Amino acid sequence: MAVVELDNVVKDYGATRAVHGVSLTIENGEFCVFVGPSGCGKSTLLRMIAGLEEITDGEMRLDGQRVNEQRASERGLAMVFQTYALYPHMTVRQNLAFGLENIKTPKDEIVRRVDAAARMLQIETYLERRPKQLSGGQRQRVAIGRAVVREPRVFLFDEPLSNLDAELRVAMRGEISALHRRLGNTMIYVTHDQVEAMTMADKIVVLRAGRIEQVGAPLELYNRPVNQFVAGFIGSPRMNFVEGTVDSIDDEGVDLRDRTGTAYRAAVDGGGVERGDAVVLGIRPDHLDVGGSVGHEVTVNAIEQLGGDSYLYCERPDGTRLTAHIAGQTAIRRGDVARAVFRPEYSHLFVKDTGVALPRLTIGEAV
Amino acid sequence: MSLAFLTRTRGRGRFDLTDWLTWAYLLLAVFLMFGPILWIALSSFKTEAALQEYPPTFLPLAPVTATVEGFDEPLQLFRIIAGEHQGKVLAQVRRIGLVGKMVDPANPGALIDVNINDRVPERAFALAVENYTSLFERFNFGLYFWNSLFITVVATIITVLFNSMAAFALSKYHFRGRTVVFVLIIATLMIPPTINLIPIYLVVSQLGLVNSPWGVIWPAVATPTGVFLLRQYMLTIPDDLLDAARMDHASEWKVYWRIVLPLSAPALAVLVIFSVMWRWNEFLWPLIVLNRSEEFTLQLALNSFQGELQTAWSNLLAMTILTLLPITLVFAVLQKYITTGIAQSGVK
Repeated sequence: MAVVELDNVVKDYGATRAVHGVSLTIENGEFCVFVGPSGCGKSTLLRMIAGLEEITDGEMRLDGQRVNEQRASERGLAMVFQTYALYPHMTVRQNLAFGLENIKTPKDEIVRRVDAAARMLQIETYLERRPKQLSGGQRQRVAIGRAVVREPRVFLFDEPLSNLDAELRVAMRGEISALHRRLGNTMIYVTHDQVEAMTMADKIVVLRAGRIEQVGAPLELYNRPVNQFVAGFIGSPRMNFVEGTVDSIDDEGVDLRDRTGTAYRAAVDGGGVERGDAVVLGIRPDHLDVGGSVGHEVTVNAIEQLGGDSYLYCERPDGTRLTAHIAGQTAIRRGDVARAVFRPEYSHLFVKDTGVALPRLTIGEAV
Repeated sequence: MSLAFLTRTRGRGRFDLTDWLTWAYLLLAVFLMFGPILWIALSSFKTEAALQEYPPTFLPLAPVTATVEGFDEPLQLFRIIAGEHQGKVLAQVRRIGLVGKMVDPANPGALIDVNINDRVPERAFALAVENYTSLFERFNFGLYFWNSLFITVVATIITVLFNSMAAFALSKYHFRGRTVVFVLIIATLMIPPTINLIPIYLVVSQLGLVNSPWGVIWPAVATPTGVFLLRQYMLTIPDDLLDAARMDHASEWKVYWRIVLPLSAPALAVLVIFSVMWRWNEFLWPLIVLNRSEEFTLQLALNSFQGELQTAWSNLLAMTILTLLPITLVFAVLQKYITTGIAQSGVK
């Protein structure tokens, strides 16, 4: 049972400010993912929640209680580290038991909990081994087990999967999600990988340069990014951007033209812009229809055919690069000139100077 | 396996020049390093008389004596190398000037006169174990050994504890002035110990620690070398391990005691070896602080064998060997830790 509240939390390292007044509430039982490019302050924020970094200003509350002054050892949270940080001189069993010994848990209770966690994570067979003798995936399980036995109020994960190979990463992703469903604890998970964020999170917090850009459910961020940064960060491959100027505004959307004079339309509320303003049109690769007989002309520079999916790397005559995703296989060849359709209900529009998104009026992808 | 290692050659199955040179070089080094120790060890088993002999013998040899009928005391045997009795082995009854009055053990009736230049003493390999036993009987070896042991063990424990705590703070905590403190500690290495001698003596004497083992222990426990050695090692312990322990409810003391200290074992072993060698072999400072013979360490006791007029070489050598033994054992036991690193393996 734990609600984590951050109220205008600030972190300074000397003269540089790493975290700028972050306010956030993470509800009980929520799986919250902090995502952002490296250096955005997401790990710092997590370490502040853990109590490993001091909070320079602002307040952090656990279940309504201020915990700024509590040490990491007093907050009752558990953390899984990117490097696993298993104690090399202890066996797996000792690694799991260490935290419980420190809070003077009775011996038989320690044995019971360690065994239960080991069974759940399928690490029973190597309880007597040292971390050195384990593979990366096994170490990762032990690191998670060390958090699980403590039965903490909140689980903190600091990029726990970044040292694993791709296949194992997908498997562990599923296991951590399953763990969350089974235990129902509040979990805070830091990653720079937006796929991890999209697949695991109840709530995603997108951070940039120590500030929160947007907080929301995965699809909310995908469908209604509040600015160009979030739009570009969430979704893979990256959203395509086309620069242009506003041509006309009506009730159902905004018309714009790019440098070459080609016209586009986005189904957004044009209240925030005027004719002649510089804007950026955004459209995801999934929504760019390439290969039809109508639409804007593009040159296909490269194609990746994965069998089930095809990715086309195209270029507009003015040099704007576009990526298109086509389900299935395609007959288009490298060097071909194809036509791409930009559908207004799939298009996003951002004010060029501020990056702020205009509210979408109709959302093509919403079911 | 060790035989295979020793007989390994560079050439295929045959000794080539490199092998010969390597062996020659290594044997020379062995001779240079172990020769003196071997010499001391063998000499420590020689009697006082054999030690004074010129030319010296390599092995401890003692004159052979025989009990001859009609004489109460055992008589020393000589081999006659010239003159009328050449080749015989005779026992000497007494010596008068250049003539030895001798007797044939087989025929003890008649005294024979032999020129002392015509005979050489009969000798055989014999260990003068009394050099060692008299250390315990005539000199209070046990007490000196205990004094040395006490100072070495206690000083080493305190040294390791204090230095590792200082190193922990200097390597794992970020505080204002950390570098300054560290540089100050290292800077004390530049001060020759002799300069400190008098100020430290004044402090020790004010504290009433003269003629107490603590007067030797306390000034020695804070070693810049130890702090430096341990700090450099602790820097290699990942901070994540400490943070993980903190998340596991460990207090700072527990982080130090349960995580950092065990992981620093290889560096600690090095410091233990250093500290044991320093304290065990220390001479000048105990000489100044400890004046009463009951408080003497082994090194001081060794020194006291060397009198102004007379030196008891046989006992001195025997005690030297006994003094060397413990430190050799400590090194033999701990040396494997120097090379085995056990940290850095749990992360990644």
